[in-house]
Amino acid sequence: MSPGHYLALSAILFTIGALGVLVRRNAIVVFMCIELMLNATNLAFVSFSRMHGNLDGQIIAFFVMVVAAAEVVVGLAIIMTIFRTRRSSSVDDVNLLKY
Amino acid sequence: MTGQEIVFALLGAVAVGSGIMVVTTRQLVHAALWLVLSFGALAGMYLVLTAEFVAWVQVLIYVGAIVVLLLFGIMLTRAPIGTAPDLDSGNRWIAAAVAVATAALLVTVVVMGFGDAKMPLEAGGGSAEALGSAVFRTWVLPFEVLSVLLLSALVGAIVLSRTDIGGARSRGKGD
Repeated sequence: MSPGHYLALSAILFTIGALGVLVRRNAIVVFMCIELMLNATNLAFVSFSRMHGNLDGQIIAFFVMVVAAAEVVVGLAIIMTIFRTRRSSSVDDVNLLKY
Repeated sequence: MTGQEIVFALLGAVAVGSGIMVVTTRQLVHAALWLVLSFGALAGMYLVLTAEFVAWVQVLIYVGAIVVLLLFGIMLTRAPIGTAPDLDSGNRWIAAAVAVATAALLVTVVVMGFGDAKMPLEAGGGSAEALGSAVFRTWVLPFEVLSVLLLSALVGAIVLSRTDIGGARSRGKGD
């Protein structure tokens, strides 16, 4: 079976995550969709690693997971701080950097 | 169809279906629980690709840690239990059109580029032993940098979430 199947699946999952980031208003759900996109790229890395027959892609996928964990920790702390001052976790309320 | 193709089709259907449920469900907690299913299906996919270590790290970090953190976040921001009416923004159809176009483009490019590539049939060798020796032989420097990154993320999260440090001046100005 060809790696094209795995890469097509990873592209579809990435697009679902991107759709969630575009559509959803709650900051935590936006976070979940970012995790979905990171997972899709991990699947692409692992299937490239399988295609080329070396382990580098799997190690990069492992590193991506660790960076994603760090990102979630800092991001949730930021969401908590914003919630404490604004009483809302909607991304539409955080628009002060827009103008 | 070989066994690998059958397992791939089943796990892919579960991953895509639960991903769509994460994006479309009206309840926040359900979105987190559908995310668990999607991550689990991807872990099974890594097992099919013979990347055992990555699969178990996926279960430990994503299902075990990140989803629990997200559930804590949902609880601490006092998200409504039950359906939340203002969960979607107004530009839902434009976003759906953009997403479908992006998916079509990406899938076309990927299938044109890698559709006729072949994967070797022997085991890929993603055991913890092989990955450990690769990490500590060729990838030592990124690994150590990653530990510094984790430490700084930890310190950053503590500084951000504690109110009694760092905010003494700005609190007087802010509220």
